[in-house]
Amino acid sequence: MIDKIVPSVAQAMQDISDGSTILVSGFGGAGLPIYLLDALVQQGAKNLTIVSNNAGNSGIGIAKLISAGQVKKMICSFPRQPESGAFDDLYRAGKIELELVPQGTLAERIRAGGAGIGGFYTPTGFGTELANGKDTRVINGVNHILEIAIKADYALIKADKGDRWGNLTYHRTGRNFGPIMATAARCTVAQVNQIVELGALDPENIVTPGIFVKRVVRIGD
Amino acid sequence: MIDLSKVQKRTTAQIAKRIVQDIPDGAHVNLGIGQPMTISNYLPLDKEILLHSENGLLGMGPLAKEHEIDQELVNAGKQPVTMLPGASLCHHADSFVMIRGGHIDICVLGAFQISVKGDIANWRTGDPKAIPAVGGAMDLALGAKKLFVMMEHLTKSGESKLVQECTYPLTALAAVDCIYTDLATIAVTPEGLVAVDWVDGLSFEDLQELSGVPMHRLRK
Repeated sequence: MIDKIVPSVAQAMQDISDGSTILVSGFGGAGLPIYLLDALVQQGAKNLTIVSNNAGNSGIGIAKLISAGQVKKMICSFPRQPESGAFDDLYRAGKIELELVPQGTLAERIRAGGAGIGGFYTPTGFGTELANGKDTRVINGVNHILEIAIKADYALIKADKGDRWGNLTYHRTGRNFGPIMATAARCTVAQVNQIVELGALDPENIVTPGIFVKRVVRIGD
Repeated sequence: MIDLSKVQKRTTAQIAKRIVQDIPDGAHVNLGIGQPMTISNYLPLDKEILLHSENGLLGMGPLAKEHEIDQELVNAGKQPVTMLPGASLCHHADSFVMIRGGHIDICVLGAFQISVKGDIANWRTGDPKAIPAVGGAMDLALGAKKLFVMMEHLTKSGESKLVQECTYPLTALAAVDCIYTDLATIAVTPEGLVAVDWVDGLSFEDLQELSGVPMHRLRK
């Protein structure tokens, strides 16, 4: 019997150790697994590398994790946001590392990680400062740079509905990085709004097949 | 010295409307954060133009009204939006497949500088205190079939944003197809910059002088 449902967010975050690399879904607040992040703050793991599109704002989610001093490095495309002070202050003080990645490259590096691809060549970023030190190659007459896949220890994602096999659906643009991050981590934890019986999700509409998910936790009302 | 007070500069809305003239029926278009997003207010009802949002939405509708707001349905600027009938949702990697794979017809971005070769600098000024953030700009600049730029022609201190070589950090090399400013519409061609139109009160010679870079005029 497969049952990936975990009774609490605290239990879902319990074994995350210091120094872990964690993928966090979300685009701003949409798709951000806020309850999992709150539980991670409670849990207290440190020296984390967080991979997410943004670096948190308004003192919630990733910003709360950063303020708690738990983050060593951010890998993201757009750290600057309204009220992104938690990251900004530590960055200016040299107390947090930043690896800035073009958004499409970030998505594809994660997708490659999940797909067992070591890296890929892309024209994005060629000739810019984000290409510094990267291998280059001309393919079909176009300049490309080599980008390396991202794999992680954990992925914390927000989905809408889930079942005990870990099948997931999403809500609107809250989908964003969730489906690809789910594939690229050793342990993917999904925060869902609703847990449904096995078979209740139409197989045609399942976005993330359960094979990519280890834990499903329903958030309280 | 050119007396800019006699020049009838285009407003942001007028630049947006000018850009709309160059977006054909059936186009799939991505509008960058900031000024380019305002173009969505001027899309003509007699054309079907599909807006793509990099966070996984194709067929984006207008900004959400109070009663329509769903915080999980946002645009690239993280504002709540709506979906048109026929809209589709996808994950981030697929959204950038649309961008990088050359499926988006037109992207409109803002910029700090554009070079005569169509290089674009639009993501940071190099200010050491600023937090660098690139977002999807580098993917969009190269991936879309056509890149339009919407910007003021001059900086606040009166310097031309059209330059021989960008001095700000680059977003992409040789990516821009057409530049729409408050003073003119300028195409980037293999033969260099070509002024397509310019505002009343300004001569082509004035435009050249203000721009400070070599420029041809469109032969009609």
